[in-house]
Amino acid sequence: MVVLFYIFAALAVLAAISVVAQRRPVHSALSLILVLCALAVVYLLLGAEFIAVIQVIVYAGAIMVLFVFVIMLLNAHEETPSERSRMARWLGPPLLVALLVEIVLAIRKQFPAAGTPAAPAVAAGPAAIGHLLFSDYVLPFEVTSILILVAILGAVVLAKKEF
Amino acid sequence: MGTFSDTGLLLLITLIKIAVVVFVLLTSIAYLTWLERKVVAHIQSRWGPYRVGLFGLLQPLADGVKFILKEDIVPDDVDRIVYLLAPFLGLSLALLSIAVIPFGESFTIHGRTVAFQISDLNVGLLFVFAVTSLGVYSVALAGWSSNSKYPLLGGLRSSAQMISYELSMGMAVVGVVMLSGTLSLRGIVNGQAGFFHYHGHNTFIPHWNIFPQLIGFFVYFTSAVADTNRVPFDLPEGESELVGGYHTEYSSMKFAMFFMSEYANMITVSCLATILFFGGWHGPVFGPYALRVLLPVFWFGLKLFGFLFFYIWMRGTLPRFRYDQLMAFGWKFLLPLGILNVLATSFVLAWITS
Repeated sequence: MVVLFYIFAALAVLAAISVVAQRRPVHSALSLILVLCALAVVYLLLGAEFIAVIQVIVYAGAIMVLFVFVIMLLNAHEETPSERSRMARWLGPPLLVALLVEIVLAIRKQFPAAGTPAAPAVAAGPAAIGHLLFSDYVLPFEVTSILILVAILGAVVLAKKEF
Repeated sequence: MGTFSDTGLLLLITLIKIAVVVFVLLTSIAYLTWLERKVVAHIQSRWGPYRVGLFGLLQPLADGVKFILKEDIVPDDVDRIVYLLAPFLGLSLALLSIAVIPFGESFTIHGRTVAFQISDLNVGLLFVFAVTSLGVYSVALAGWSSNSKYPLLGGLRSSAQMISYELSMGMAVVGVVMLSGTLSLRGIVNGQAGFFHYHGHNTFIPHWNIFPQLIGFFVYFTSAVADTNRVPFDLPEGESELVGGYHTEYSSMKFAMFFMSEYANMITVSCLATILFFGGWHGPVFGPYALRVLLPVFWFGLKLFGFLFFYIWMRGTLPRFRYDQLMAFGWKFLLPLGILNVLATSFVLAWITS
């Protein structure tokens, strides 16, 4: 199990690097899909089958299809490197290091040191998640629905010029 | 086998299962093409393949040899990586979803229970949907990477169609999931055992989901046909408009892989229809132990064959939709019908349980 975790975690990190390193937009999008699928496997290893499958259905199977579609329809070609600004070159690396240190510190604070007994596994099945969504998290859930509804209406208004 | 540890034995059993299932699946795909050619030919008053072997039964082998021996052309100006990736992605995803399909109950050998299923995932149904939803990429990327206008148009059409009909397909199965209360395919089949009872009397109508979920089945099967790009929804391949659709620029075995994934998807979708609505492997079971083990698998295969035959029958009967009709049918008829079915089922269930 641990070996599988390291394989897929490494895959996720490499694919994530590839998202920003690729020149062609379609290749970046494909790398992002790989990241999402590798993360789904990590969820699976954590015993959260439902979340893993939903991750693939929603993100890799629906949202990324839209990304790929847009890239294909706009016929986006290879990107040419822009004029690199001097400031980015000097300020970029230190800021990146600072961000990484911050993330590591935050994660260290959040999680107990190795060796302490693992927390008991929470029920992550569809039923448990459904109960949580419609009891403790009902307000965020409904607010998100309304937000998506507004986005749909906005998209329809933008797409339909005349009524 | 005494030297094997328990995990090793489990791994061995799983590997054997995978090998058997993949072999049976690939053979079925090959003979599905033979069946299709034969049935469509007889519908059209022709003979179909009959020269290679008895009744043309060796035709799939001849086709395979032909595909392998043909020149494999990769056109200039294609996006090589994506172009080569697309057919592999399509076929491997199409074969992957068979992993959670239960074909029969289980049997006991040397005190160990072996189920007719590679893996009983507790979200098996969603797993199949996740894998199918990734299949869109194979089509879209094949069309895009070919760097040619007909495949691009075909790929766009095809993927738009697949995304649209996946929604109504998802809606159609919600009713079944509510009835069974589980997302495990084995659990759904187990919930359909026996007969319906009416005021304590046995009605001899099998307890299949098709009876309470007739509308759900209609929506599911229609969207499944559209999702697998088959007649009457085979617009991606509209020869008269698009040359050959998204796989125009593919040749040799890569072209064959697209076809194999189409047939594999047909089989998966029919397996799901059998499991969700027609009681899976349930049927009359009698006789000695071996027969009791094998009969359910036979019933499953028979139902599956019925669906596949229906697929081919439709191809021989129905004309093709126009593209705008297809989209209107999916979004304005099937999807609302699916949502209504979900609402109606939940109201009835709430009324019964209260």
